[in-house]
Amino acid sequence: MHQDFDINLEHITKIEGHADLSLKVRQGEVEDVELKITENKRFYSQAVRGKPALNVAQLVSRICGTCSIAHLTCCLEAVENALKVEPSEQTKILRKLTTYGMYIRDHAMHLYMFSLPDVFKKDSIIEMADSHPELVDQAFQVKAAGNNMSKMVAGRAVHSTLPMVGGFAKVPDKEGAAKTVAELKAAREHLFQLMQIFKDCDFKFERETRYVCSGNKDYSYLGDEIISSEGVPVPKTHYLWHLQRVIIPYSTSTGFQFRGKEFMVGSLPRMNLKKDSLHKDTRRDATSYISLFPSKDIYNNNLAQAVETLHAIDHSIELLETTEFKPEKPVEVKEKSGTGVAAIEAPRGTLYYHIEIENSNVKEVELVIPTAQNQVNMGFDIKKLVEENIDRPKEEIEFEIEKLIRAYDPCMSCATHFLKVKWT
Amino acid sequence: MRYFMAGKLKVGLFSFSCCEDSSIVFVELLNDHYKEWLPLVDFKYARIMKTKNDPTDLDVAFVEGAIANERDRQKVLDIRKNSKKVVAIGACACNGQPAGQRNMFDPETKKEIQFIVDKFKMMDKVLSVPEVIPVDDQVAGCPMDEKRFIAVLEKYLVEFGIKK
Repeated sequence: MHQDFDINLEHITKIEGHADLSLKVRQGEVEDVELKITENKRFYSQAVRGKPALNVAQLVSRICGTCSIAHLTCCLEAVENALKVEPSEQTKILRKLTTYGMYIRDHAMHLYMFSLPDVFKKDSIIEMADSHPELVDQAFQVKAAGNNMSKMVAGRAVHSTLPMVGGFAKVPDKEGAAKTVAELKAAREHLFQLMQIFKDCDFKFERETRYVCSGNKDYSYLGDEIISSEGVPVPKTHYLWHLQRVIIPYSTSTGFQFRGKEFMVGSLPRMNLKKDSLHKDTRRDATSYISLFPSKDIYNNNLAQAVETLHAIDHSIELLETTEFKPEKPVEVKEKSGTGVAAIEAPRGTLYYHIEIENSNVKEVELVIPTAQNQVNMGFDIKKLVEENIDRPKEEIEFEIEKLIRAYDPCMSCATHFLKVKWT
Repeated sequence: MRYFMAGKLKVGLFSFSCCEDSSIVFVELLNDHYKEWLPLVDFKYARIMKTKNDPTDLDVAFVEGAIANERDRQKVLDIRKNSKKVVAIGACACNGQPAGQRNMFDPETKKEIQFIVDKFKMMDKVLSVPEVIPVDDQVAGCPMDEKRFIAVLEKYLVEFGIKK
Protein backbone atom coordinates (compact mmCIF):
# COMPACT_ATOMS: atom_id res chain seq x y z
CA MET A 1 0.00 0.00 0.00
CA HIS A 2 2.77 2.44 1.05
CA GLN A 3 0.48 5.42 1.09
CA ASP A 4 -0.18 7.96 3.74
CA PHE A 5 -2.92 7.16 6.21
CA ASP A 6 -3.91 7.81 9.82
CA ILE A 7 -5.36 5.42 12.35
CA ASN A 8 -7.54 6.79 15.13
CA LEU A 9 -9.14 4.30 17.48
CA GLU A 10 -11.46 5.94 19.96
CA HIS A 11 -12.22 4.04 23.14
CA ILE A 12 -10.61 0.65 22.58
CA THR A 13 -13.07 -2.10 23.49
CA LYS A 14 -12.91 -5.22 25.65
CA ILE A 15 -10.30 -3.79 27.98
CA GLU A 16 -10.66 -2.40 31.47
CA GLY A 17 -11.10 1.38 31.32
CA HIS A 18 -10.71 4.05 28.66
CA ALA A 19 -7.94 4.43 26.07
CA ASP A 20 -7.58 5.83 22.54
CA LEU A 21 -4.87 5.25 19.98
CA SER A 22 -3.66 7.36 17.10
CA LEU A 23 -0.77 6.93 14.69
CA LYS A 24 0.32 8.23 11.31
CA VAL A 25 1.84 6.42 8.37
CA ARG A 26 3.80 8.66 6.02
CA GLN A 27 5.51 7.24 2.94
CA GLY A 28 5.36 3.77 4.41
CA GLU A 29 6.89 4.83 7.73
CA VAL A 30 4.98 4.59 11.02
CA GLU A 31 5.11 7.89 12.92
CA ASP A 32 3.71 9.28 16.13
CA VAL A 33 2.25 6.20 17.80
CA GLU A 34 0.19 7.67 20.62
CA LEU A 35 -1.51 5.26 23.01
CA LYS A 36 -3.60 7.69 25.00
CA ILE A 37 -4.94 6.61 28.33
CA THR A 38 -7.95 8.87 28.63
CA GLU A 39 -9.14 8.00 32.11
CA ASN A 40 -9.99 11.08 34.10
CA LYS A 41 -7.65 11.52 36.98
CA ARG A 42 -9.31 10.94 40.32
CA PHE A 43 -6.35 12.26 42.34
CA TYR A 44 -5.98 9.46 44.87
CA SER A 45 -2.35 10.45 45.48
CA GLN A 46 -3.57 13.74 46.94
CA ALA A 47 -6.78 12.39 48.50
CA VAL A 48 -4.98 9.90 50.76
CA ARG A 49 -2.95 12.59 52.53
CA GLY A 50 -4.00 13.04 56.14
CA LYS A 51 -6.24 9.96 56.13
CA PRO A 52 -5.85 7.49 59.04
CA ALA A 53 -3.18 4.97 58.02
CA LEU A 54 -5.17 2.02 59.32
CA ASN A 55 -8.12 2.85 57.02
CA VAL A 56 -6.40 4.09 53.89
CA ALA A 57 -6.38 0.67 52.17
CA GLN A 58 -10.17 0.81 51.85
CA LEU A 59 -9.88 4.12 49.98
CA VAL A 60 -7.15 3.04 47.53
CA SER A 61 -9.12 -0.13 46.81
CA ARG A 62 -11.38 2.25 44.84
CA ILE A 63 -8.57 3.01 42.38
CA CYS A 64 -9.55 -0.09 40.42
CA GLY A 65 -12.68 -2.22 40.16
CA THR A 66 -11.19 -5.38 38.73
CA CYS A 67 -7.95 -5.49 40.73
CA SER A 68 -9.17 -3.76 43.89
CA ILE A 69 -7.84 -6.67 45.94
CA ALA A 70 -4.33 -6.00 44.62
CA HIS A 71 -4.45 -2.35 45.73
CA LEU A 72 -6.03 -3.24 49.06
CA THR A 73 -3.49 -5.98 49.83
CA CYS A 74 -0.43 -4.05 48.66
CA CYS A 75 -1.46 -0.98 50.67
CA LEU A 76 -2.06 -3.09 53.81
CA GLU A 77 1.40 -4.63 53.43
CA ALA A 78 3.03 -1.21 52.94
CA VAL A 79 1.29 0.17 56.06
CA GLU A 80 2.37 -2.91 58.04
CA ASN A 81 5.90 -2.52 56.73
CA ALA A 82 5.93 1.16 57.81
CA LEU A 83 4.50 0.46 61.28
CA LYS A 84 6.51 -2.72 61.92
CA VAL A 85 3.49 -5.04 62.05
CA GLU A 86 4.18 -8.69 61.31
CA PRO A 87 0.98 -10.50 60.28
CA SER A 88 0.38 -14.11 61.41
CA GLU A 89 0.97 -17.13 59.18
CA GLN A 90 -2.80 -17.57 58.98
CA THR A 91 -3.20 -13.99 57.72
CA LYS A 92 -0.57 -14.62 55.05
CA ILE A 93 -2.51 -17.70 53.90
CA LEU A 94 -5.78 -15.75 53.84
CA ARG A 95 -4.10 -13.02 51.75
CA LYS A 96 -2.86 -15.63 49.30
CA LEU A 97 -6.40 -17.00 48.98
CA THR A 98 -7.87 -13.50 48.58
CA THR A 99 -5.46 -12.65 45.79
CA TYR A 100 -5.85 -16.05 44.12
CA GLY A 101 -9.62 -15.47 44.00
CA MET A 102 -8.89 -12.20 42.18
CA TYR A 103 -6.47 -13.91 39.77
CA ILE A 104 -9.00 -16.59 38.84
CA ARG A 105 -11.86 -14.11 38.34
CA ASP A 106 -9.77 -11.46 36.60
CA HIS A 107 -7.76 -13.76 34.30
CA ALA A 108 -10.95 -15.67 33.40
CA MET A 109 -12.69 -12.39 32.50
CA HIS A 110 -9.81 -11.41 30.24
CA LEU A 111 -9.33 -14.81 28.63
CA TYR A 112 -12.94 -15.86 28.08
CA MET A 113 -14.64 -12.48 27.61
CA PHE A 114 -11.96 -10.29 26.00
CA SER A 115 -9.57 -12.66 24.17
CA LEU A 116 -11.57 -15.74 23.10
CA PRO A 117 -13.91 -13.67 20.87
CA ASP A 118 -10.75 -12.63 18.94
CA VAL A 119 -9.72 -16.28 18.58
CA PHE A 120 -13.13 -17.34 17.25
CA LYS A 121 -13.62 -14.13 15.23
CA LYS A 122 -16.70 -13.15 17.20
CA ASP A 123 -17.67 -9.72 18.43
CA SER A 124 -18.32 -10.84 21.98
CA ILE A 125 -18.88 -13.71 24.36
CA ILE A 126 -22.61 -13.12 23.75
CA GLU A 127 -22.19 -14.28 20.14
CA MET A 128 -20.20 -17.27 21.40
CA ALA A 129 -23.23 -18.37 23.41
CA ASP A 130 -24.66 -19.64 20.08
CA SER A 131 -21.47 -20.96 18.49
CA HIS A 132 -19.61 -22.28 21.57
CA PRO A 133 -22.21 -22.78 24.32
CA GLU A 134 -20.06 -25.25 26.25
CA LEU A 135 -17.13 -22.81 26.46
CA VAL A 136 -19.42 -20.01 27.58
CA ASP A 137 -20.76 -22.22 30.37
CA GLN A 138 -17.18 -22.95 31.39
CA ALA A 139 -16.28 -19.26 31.29
CA PHE A 140 -18.93 -18.32 33.82
CA GLN A 141 -18.18 -21.35 35.98
CA VAL A 142 -14.44 -20.53 36.24
CA LYS A 143 -15.14 -16.85 36.87
CA ALA A 144 -17.69 -17.74 39.55
CA ALA A 145 -15.23 -20.02 41.35
CA GLY A 146 -12.78 -17.12 41.75
CA ASN A 147 -15.47 -14.57 42.57
CA ASN A 148 -17.05 -16.81 45.19
CA MET A 149 -13.69 -17.65 46.79
CA SER A 150 -12.90 -13.94 47.23
CA LYS A 151 -16.35 -13.40 48.74
CA MET A 152 -15.87 -16.35 51.11
CA VAL A 153 -12.40 -15.29 52.31
CA ALA A 154 -12.50 -11.49 52.00
CA GLY A 155 -16.20 -10.62 52.35
CA ARG A 156 -16.56 -9.20 48.83
CA ALA A 157 -14.75 -9.78 45.54
CA VAL A 158 -14.72 -6.04 44.75
CA HIS A 159 -13.66 -3.64 47.52
CA SER A 160 -13.34 -6.46 50.06
CA THR A 161 -14.47 -5.75 53.60
CA LEU A 162 -12.62 -8.27 55.80
CA PRO A 163 -8.87 -7.69 55.17
CA MET A 164 -7.32 -5.16 57.56
CA VAL A 165 -3.95 -4.05 58.93
CA GLY A 166 -2.62 -6.97 61.00
CA GLY A 167 -5.21 -9.57 60.06
CA PHE A 168 -8.74 -10.38 58.93
CA ALA A 169 -11.99 -9.30 60.60
CA LYS A 170 -13.34 -12.84 60.19
CA VAL A 171 -11.96 -16.22 59.11
CA PRO A 172 -13.58 -18.78 56.76
CA ASP A 173 -15.76 -21.51 58.25
CA LYS A 174 -15.44 -25.17 57.31
CA GLU A 175 -18.62 -25.24 55.23
CA GLY A 176 -17.53 -22.25 53.17
CA ALA A 177 -14.06 -23.70 52.61
CA ALA A 178 -15.47 -27.09 51.52
CA LYS A 179 -17.93 -25.49 49.09
CA THR A 180 -15.12 -23.38 47.61
CA VAL A 181 -12.87 -26.42 47.15
CA ALA A 182 -15.66 -28.23 45.28
CA GLU A 183 -16.17 -25.23 42.97
CA LEU A 184 -12.42 -24.91 42.35
CA LYS A 185 -12.11 -28.59 41.48
CA ALA A 186 -14.98 -28.35 38.99
CA ALA A 187 -13.47 -25.21 37.43
CA ARG A 188 -10.01 -26.85 37.25
CA GLU A 189 -11.15 -29.31 34.60
CA HIS A 190 -12.09 -26.49 32.23
CA LEU A 191 -8.62 -24.93 32.25
CA PHE A 192 -7.13 -27.66 30.07
CA GLN A 193 -9.41 -26.90 27.13
CA LEU A 194 -8.66 -23.20 27.58
CA MET A 195 -4.88 -23.74 27.61
CA GLN A 196 -5.16 -25.94 24.51
CA ILE A 197 -7.11 -23.24 22.63
CA PHE A 198 -4.43 -20.63 23.34
CA LYS A 199 -1.65 -23.10 22.54
CA ASP A 200 -3.26 -23.91 19.17
CA CYS A 201 -4.05 -20.28 18.39
CA ASP A 202 -1.97 -18.97 15.47
CA PHE A 203 -1.65 -15.38 16.75
CA LYS A 204 2.02 -14.45 16.91
CA PHE A 205 3.98 -11.26 17.55
CA GLU A 206 7.57 -11.15 18.78
CA ARG A 207 9.89 -8.28 19.66
CA GLU A 208 12.97 -8.25 21.85
CA THR A 209 12.26 -6.64 25.21
CA ARG A 210 12.97 -7.00 28.91
CA TYR A 211 10.82 -8.88 31.43
CA VAL A 212 10.39 -7.89 35.08
CA CYS A 213 8.41 -9.32 38.01
CA SER A 214 8.68 -9.76 41.73
CA GLY A 215 9.81 -13.10 43.02
CA ASN A 216 9.08 -15.45 45.90
CA LYS A 217 9.14 -19.16 46.62
CA ASP A 218 5.61 -20.24 45.75
CA TYR A 219 4.44 -18.05 42.84
CA SER A 220 1.94 -16.34 45.17
CA TYR A 221 1.19 -12.63 45.29
CA LEU A 222 3.85 -11.31 47.63
CA GLY A 223 7.06 -10.00 46.14
CA ASP A 224 10.19 -10.28 48.24
CA GLU A 225 12.57 -9.10 45.55
CA ILE A 226 12.50 -7.83 41.96
CA ILE A 227 13.73 -10.27 39.34
CA SER A 228 14.29 -9.54 35.67
CA SER A 229 15.65 -10.91 32.43
CA GLU A 230 18.52 -8.46 32.99
CA GLY A 231 20.20 -10.51 35.72
CA VAL A 232 20.75 -10.10 39.44
CA PRO A 233 17.63 -9.78 41.67
CA VAL A 234 17.27 -6.57 43.67
CA PRO A 235 15.43 -5.91 46.96
CA LYS A 236 11.91 -4.51 46.45
CA THR A 237 12.83 -1.44 48.49
CA HIS A 238 15.21 -0.44 45.69
CA TYR A 239 12.58 -0.36 42.98
CA LEU A 240 12.84 3.37 42.37
CA TRP A 241 16.53 3.00 41.58
CA HIS A 242 15.66 0.77 38.65
CA LEU A 243 12.39 2.22 37.38
CA GLN A 244 12.49 5.55 35.58
CA ARG A 245 9.40 7.58 34.82
CA VAL A 246 8.73 8.57 31.24
CA ILE A 247 6.45 11.55 30.72
CA ILE A 248 3.84 10.88 28.04
CA PRO A 249 2.40 14.31 27.27
CA TYR A 250 -0.78 13.13 25.50
CA SER A 251 -1.77 10.50 28.10
CA THR A 252 -3.17 10.85 31.61
CA SER A 253 -0.70 8.15 32.66
CA THR A 254 3.07 8.25 32.91
CA GLY A 255 5.18 5.42 31.50
CA PHE A 256 8.22 3.68 32.93
CA GLN A 257 11.55 2.29 31.81
CA PHE A 258 13.59 -0.36 33.60
CA ARG A 259 17.24 0.66 33.78
CA GLY A 260 16.70 3.03 30.88
CA LYS A 261 14.89 0.67 28.51
CA GLU A 262 11.31 -0.41 27.82
CA PHE A 263 10.12 -3.57 29.57
CA MET A 264 7.08 -5.69 30.27
CA VAL A 265 5.37 -6.85 33.47
CA GLY A 266 2.53 -9.37 33.83
CA SER A 267 1.86 -13.04 33.24
CA LEU A 268 4.29 -13.57 30.36
CA PRO A 269 7.26 -12.14 32.32
CA ARG A 270 6.28 -14.17 35.40
CA MET A 271 6.12 -17.40 33.40
CA ASN A 272 9.38 -16.52 31.67
CA LEU A 273 11.18 -15.79 34.93
CA LYS A 274 9.75 -18.06 37.62
CA LYS A 275 7.73 -20.93 36.13
CA ASP A 276 9.71 -23.39 38.27
CA SER A 277 7.90 -22.13 41.36
CA LEU A 278 4.41 -23.00 40.03
CA HIS A 279 2.39 -25.40 42.19
CA LYS A 280 3.47 -29.04 41.85
CA ASP A 281 0.06 -30.18 40.56
CA THR A 282 0.12 -27.47 37.89
CA ARG A 283 3.64 -28.50 36.83
CA ARG A 284 2.56 -32.16 36.72
CA ASP A 285 -0.61 -31.67 34.65
CA ALA A 286 0.28 -28.73 32.41
CA THR A 287 3.82 -29.70 31.35
CA SER A 288 3.16 -29.39 27.62
CA TYR A 289 1.95 -25.80 28.05
CA ILE A 290 4.55 -24.70 30.59
CA SER A 291 7.35 -25.98 28.35
CA LEU A 292 6.50 -23.24 25.80
CA PHE A 293 8.04 -20.69 28.19
CA PRO A 294 10.23 -18.66 28.13
CA SER A 295 8.58 -17.01 25.14
CA LYS A 296 8.86 -13.66 23.35
CA ASP A 297 5.41 -13.97 21.79
CA ILE A 298 3.09 -11.40 23.38
CA TYR A 299 0.10 -13.64 22.58
CA ASN A 300 1.57 -16.22 24.93
CA ASN A 301 0.54 -13.76 27.66
CA ASN A 302 -2.90 -15.36 27.18
CA LEU A 303 -1.55 -18.89 27.64
CA ALA A 304 0.52 -17.67 30.61
CA GLN A 305 -2.65 -16.31 32.22
CA ALA A 306 -4.43 -19.63 31.68
CA VAL A 307 -1.53 -21.53 33.34
CA GLU A 308 -1.55 -19.03 36.22
CA THR A 309 -5.28 -19.57 36.68
CA LEU A 310 -4.62 -23.30 37.04
CA HIS A 311 -1.84 -22.56 39.54
CA ALA A 312 -4.13 -20.26 41.54
CA ILE A 313 -6.73 -23.04 41.71
CA ASP A 314 -4.21 -25.74 42.67
CA HIS A 315 -2.52 -23.69 45.38
CA SER A 316 -5.88 -22.53 46.77
CA ILE A 317 -7.18 -26.11 46.98
CA GLU A 318 -4.07 -27.15 48.91
CA LEU A 319 -4.26 -24.17 51.28
CA LEU A 320 -7.99 -24.68 51.96
CA GLU A 321 -7.62 -28.43 52.50
CA THR A 322 -4.62 -28.23 54.81
CA THR A 323 -5.41 -25.17 56.94
CA GLU A 324 -7.63 -25.16 59.99
CA PHE A 325 -8.70 -21.55 60.32
CA LYS A 326 -9.02 -20.23 63.86
CA PRO A 327 -10.40 -16.85 64.94
CA GLU A 328 -7.53 -14.54 65.91
CA LYS A 329 -7.26 -10.89 66.84
CA PRO A 330 -5.46 -8.59 64.42
CA VAL A 331 -1.87 -7.81 65.44
CA GLU A 332 -1.76 -4.76 67.67
CA VAL A 333 -0.29 -1.66 66.03
CA LYS A 334 2.12 0.13 68.36
CA GLU A 335 4.13 2.39 66.06
CA LYS A 336 2.62 5.66 64.86
CA SER A 337 5.13 6.78 62.23
CA GLY A 338 7.34 5.19 59.62
CA THR A 339 7.99 4.54 55.94
CA GLY A 340 7.05 1.29 54.21
CA VAL A 341 7.32 -0.37 50.82
CA ALA A 342 5.35 -3.28 49.42
CA ALA A 343 5.44 -4.99 46.04
CA ILE A 344 2.86 -7.53 44.99
CA GLU A 345 2.09 -9.30 41.76
CA ALA A 346 -1.27 -7.95 40.61
CA PRO A 347 -2.84 -9.93 37.72
CA ARG A 348 -1.33 -7.49 35.21
CA GLY A 349 2.11 -7.20 36.81
CA THR A 350 4.08 -5.78 39.69
CA LEU A 351 2.33 -3.18 41.81
CA TYR A 352 4.44 -1.05 44.18
CA TYR A 353 3.27 1.00 47.15
CA HIS A 354 5.53 3.36 49.03
CA ILE A 355 3.88 4.99 52.04
CA GLU A 356 4.96 7.59 54.61
CA ILE A 357 3.02 7.69 57.86
CA GLU A 358 3.25 10.43 60.51
CA ASN A 359 1.33 10.34 63.81
CA SER A 360 -0.92 7.53 62.51
CA ASN A 361 -1.94 9.53 59.42
CA VAL A 362 -0.79 9.20 55.83
CA LYS A 363 1.74 11.79 54.75
CA GLU A 364 2.39 10.58 51.19
CA VAL A 365 1.67 7.51 49.10
CA GLU A 366 3.47 6.74 45.86
CA LEU A 367 2.30 3.86 43.73
CA VAL A 368 3.60 2.33 40.51
CA ILE A 369 0.96 0.61 38.40
CA PRO A 370 1.52 -2.39 36.08
CA THR A 371 -0.20 -0.91 33.01
CA ALA A 372 1.84 2.30 33.35
CA GLN A 373 4.99 0.17 33.35
CA ASN A 374 3.87 -1.54 30.15
CA GLN A 375 2.86 1.60 28.33
CA VAL A 376 6.22 2.35 26.67
CA ASN A 377 6.64 -1.29 25.61
CA MET A 378 3.14 -1.37 24.11
CA GLY A 379 3.95 1.69 22.00
CA PHE A 380 7.07 0.04 20.52
CA ASP A 381 5.09 -3.17 19.86
CA ILE A 382 2.30 -1.29 18.07
CA LYS A 383 4.84 0.50 15.87
CA LYS A 384 6.49 -2.76 14.83
CA LEU A 385 3.12 -4.48 14.34
CA VAL A 386 1.91 -1.76 11.97
CA GLU A 387 5.23 -1.81 10.08
CA GLU A 388 4.86 -5.57 9.59
CA ASN A 389 1.25 -5.28 8.41
CA ILE A 390 1.48 -2.04 6.46
CA ASP A 391 0.26 -3.56 3.18
CA ARG A 392 -2.94 -4.95 4.68
CA PRO A 393 -6.27 -3.07 4.60
CA LYS A 394 -6.61 -0.41 7.28
CA GLU A 395 -9.52 -2.19 9.02
CA GLU A 396 -7.39 -5.31 9.42
CA ILE A 397 -4.50 -3.28 10.84
CA GLU A 398 -6.89 -1.66 13.33
CA PHE A 399 -8.16 -5.07 14.40
CA GLU A 400 -4.59 -6.34 14.82
CA ILE A 401 -3.72 -3.32 16.99
CA GLU A 402 -6.74 -3.84 19.25
CA LYS A 403 -5.96 -7.56 19.48
CA LEU A 404 -2.37 -6.83 20.50
CA ILE A 405 -3.42 -4.28 23.12
CA ARG A 406 -5.96 -6.75 24.52
CA ALA A 407 -3.23 -9.41 24.82
CA TYR A 408 -1.52 -7.13 27.36
CA ASP A 409 -4.76 -7.07 29.36
CA PRO A 410 -4.25 -3.39 30.22
CA CYS A 411 -6.13 -1.76 33.06
CA MET A 412 -6.63 1.91 32.29
CA SER A 413 -8.55 2.72 35.51
CA CYS A 414 -5.37 1.99 37.44
CA ALA A 415 -2.92 3.54 35.06
CA THR A 416 -3.55 7.21 35.70
CA HIS A 417 -2.15 7.39 39.19
CA PHE A 418 1.10 9.11 39.87
CA LEU A 419 2.75 11.63 42.11
CA LYS A 420 5.17 14.49 41.76
CA VAL A 421 5.17 14.56 37.98
CA LYS A 422 5.02 17.73 35.94
CA TRP A 423 4.26 17.93 32.26
CA THR A 424 6.05 20.62 30.34
CA MET B 1 -46.43 2.73 32.54
CA ARG B 2 -45.85 -0.28 30.28
CA TYR B 3 -44.19 0.04 26.90
CA PHE B 4 -45.13 -3.40 25.46
CA MET B 5 -42.42 -3.90 22.92
CA ALA B 6 -41.74 -7.16 21.24
CA GLY B 7 -38.36 -8.81 21.51
CA LYS B 8 -35.62 -7.95 23.91
CA LEU B 9 -34.95 -5.09 26.31
CA LYS B 10 -32.43 -2.83 24.56
CA VAL B 11 -29.78 -2.02 27.15
CA GLY B 12 -26.63 0.12 27.22
CA LEU B 13 -23.85 -0.03 29.82
CA PHE B 14 -21.77 3.17 29.93
CA SER B 15 -18.87 4.18 32.14
CA PHE B 16 -17.32 7.55 32.91
CA SER B 17 -14.92 8.65 35.66
CA CYS B 18 -14.73 5.74 38.09
CA CYS B 19 -12.96 2.44 38.79
CA GLU B 20 -15.57 0.42 36.84
CA ASP B 21 -16.35 -1.69 39.89
CA SER B 22 -20.05 -1.79 39.01
CA SER B 23 -19.20 -3.03 35.50
CA ILE B 24 -17.21 -5.81 37.18
CA VAL B 25 -20.13 -6.62 39.48
CA PHE B 26 -22.38 -6.75 36.40
CA VAL B 27 -19.95 -9.09 34.60
CA GLU B 28 -19.90 -11.31 37.71
CA LEU B 29 -23.72 -11.27 37.95
CA LEU B 30 -23.70 -12.85 34.50
CA ASN B 31 -22.13 -15.95 36.10
CA ASP B 32 -25.48 -16.87 37.63
CA HIS B 33 -27.86 -14.99 35.34
CA TYR B 34 -26.57 -15.08 31.76
CA LYS B 35 -28.81 -17.95 30.65
CA GLU B 36 -31.82 -16.12 31.98
CA TRP B 37 -30.83 -12.65 30.70
CA LEU B 38 -29.40 -13.28 27.23
CA PRO B 39 -32.77 -14.28 25.69
CA LEU B 40 -34.40 -11.21 27.26
CA VAL B 41 -31.76 -8.49 26.96
CA ASP B 42 -30.06 -7.03 23.87
CA PHE B 43 -26.81 -5.49 25.11
CA LYS B 44 -26.62 -2.87 22.36
CA TYR B 45 -23.82 -0.91 24.00
CA ALA B 46 -21.34 -2.50 26.43
CA ARG B 47 -17.73 -1.71 25.56
CA ILE B 48 -16.43 -3.97 28.28
CA MET B 49 -17.93 -6.91 26.36
CA LYS B 50 -18.30 -5.91 22.70
CA THR B 51 -16.46 -4.22 19.84
CA LYS B 52 -19.56 -3.28 17.82
CA ASN B 53 -21.65 -0.95 19.93
CA ASP B 54 -24.74 1.09 19.14
CA PRO B 55 -25.71 3.81 21.65
CA THR B 56 -28.98 4.78 19.91
CA ASP B 57 -32.59 3.78 20.57
CA LEU B 58 -32.06 2.26 24.00
CA ASP B 59 -34.77 1.21 26.41
CA VAL B 60 -32.53 1.41 29.48
CA ALA B 61 -29.07 2.97 29.86
CA PHE B 62 -27.08 2.02 32.94
CA VAL B 63 -24.52 4.76 33.61
CA GLU B 64 -21.51 4.26 35.85
CA GLY B 65 -19.06 6.94 36.98
CA ALA B 66 -18.99 10.67 37.65
CA ILE B 67 -18.83 13.39 35.00
CA ALA B 68 -15.49 15.20 35.06
CA ASN B 69 -15.05 16.84 31.66
CA GLU B 70 -17.06 18.49 28.90
CA ARG B 71 -16.69 15.56 26.47
CA ASP B 72 -18.28 13.22 29.01
CA ARG B 73 -20.99 15.78 29.86
CA GLN B 74 -22.00 15.88 26.19
CA LYS B 75 -21.98 12.08 26.02
CA VAL B 76 -24.25 11.71 29.02
CA LEU B 77 -26.65 14.30 27.52
CA ASP B 78 -26.72 12.17 24.36
CA ILE B 79 -27.38 9.04 26.42
CA ARG B 80 -30.39 10.77 27.97
CA LYS B 81 -31.73 11.66 24.49
CA ASN B 82 -31.19 8.14 23.19
CA SER B 83 -32.66 6.22 26.15
CA LYS B 84 -36.17 5.85 27.47
CA LYS B 85 -34.85 5.17 30.96
CA VAL B 86 -31.53 6.09 32.55
CA VAL B 87 -30.23 4.37 35.69
CA ALA B 88 -27.22 5.69 37.62
CA ILE B 89 -25.19 2.77 39.03
CA GLY B 90 -22.54 2.90 41.75
CA ALA B 91 -21.47 5.65 44.14
CA CYS B 92 -19.54 7.76 41.60
CA ALA B 93 -22.57 8.06 39.29
CA CYS B 94 -25.13 8.46 42.08
CA ASN B 95 -23.33 11.03 44.24
CA GLY B 96 -20.11 11.87 42.43
CA GLN B 97 -17.79 10.30 44.99
CA PRO B 98 -15.09 9.10 45.38
CA ALA B 99 -14.24 10.02 41.74
CA GLY B 100 -14.95 13.66 42.59
CA GLN B 101 -12.85 13.84 45.73
CA ARG B 102 -10.93 16.79 44.26
CA ASN B 103 -14.10 18.87 44.82
CA MET B 104 -13.31 18.73 48.53
CA PHE B 105 -9.56 19.44 48.40
CA ASP B 106 -8.24 22.42 50.34
CA PRO B 107 -7.14 25.46 48.30
CA GLU B 108 -3.46 24.45 48.45
CA THR B 109 -4.10 20.95 47.05
CA LYS B 110 -6.45 22.36 44.42
CA LYS B 111 -3.65 24.70 43.34
CA GLU B 112 -1.26 21.72 43.13
CA ILE B 113 -3.49 19.81 40.70
CA GLN B 114 -4.80 22.79 38.71
CA PHE B 115 -2.29 22.32 35.86
CA ILE B 116 -3.64 18.81 35.23
CA VAL B 117 -7.25 20.01 35.42
CA ASP B 118 -6.36 22.65 32.83
CA LYS B 119 -4.20 20.43 30.61
CA PHE B 120 -6.85 17.72 30.23
CA LYS B 121 -9.72 20.23 30.06
CA MET B 122 -11.50 18.86 33.10
CA MET B 123 -14.46 20.71 34.59
CA ASP B 124 -13.83 22.77 37.72
CA LYS B 125 -16.20 20.55 39.68
CA VAL B 126 -16.85 16.83 39.20
CA LEU B 127 -20.60 16.16 38.91
CA SER B 128 -22.79 13.19 39.72
CA VAL B 129 -24.96 11.90 36.87
CA PRO B 130 -28.19 13.29 38.41
CA GLU B 131 -26.52 16.72 38.52
CA VAL B 132 -26.24 16.60 34.72
CA ILE B 133 -29.38 14.78 33.57
CA PRO B 134 -32.60 13.53 35.17
CA VAL B 135 -32.32 9.83 36.05
CA ASP B 136 -35.15 7.35 36.49
CA ASP B 137 -33.49 5.08 39.03
CA GLN B 138 -30.34 4.82 41.10
CA VAL B 139 -28.45 1.71 42.22
CA ALA B 140 -26.25 2.99 45.01
CA GLY B 141 -23.25 1.30 46.57
CA CYS B 142 -19.50 1.12 46.10
CA PRO B 143 -19.65 -1.13 44.12
CA MET B 144 -23.36 -1.07 43.25
CA ASP B 145 -25.64 -3.31 45.28
CA GLU B 146 -26.20 -6.56 43.37
CA LYS B 147 -29.74 -7.23 44.59
CA ARG B 148 -30.88 -3.69 43.85
CA PHE B 149 -29.46 -3.91 40.31
CA ILE B 150 -31.32 -7.17 39.67
CA ALA B 151 -34.53 -5.64 41.05
CA VAL B 152 -34.24 -2.59 38.73
CA LEU B 153 -33.51 -4.76 35.68
CA GLU B 154 -36.44 -7.02 36.53
CA LYS B 155 -38.70 -3.99 36.94
CA TYR B 156 -37.86 -2.75 33.44
CA LEU B 157 -38.18 -6.21 31.89
CA VAL B 158 -41.78 -6.18 33.12
CA GLU B 159 -42.42 -2.51 32.38
CA PHE B 160 -41.27 -2.89 28.77
CA GLY B 161 -43.39 -6.02 28.34
CA ILE B 162 -40.44 -8.37 27.85
CA LYS B 163 -41.29 -10.45 30.90
CA LYS B 164 -44.66 -10.95 32.57
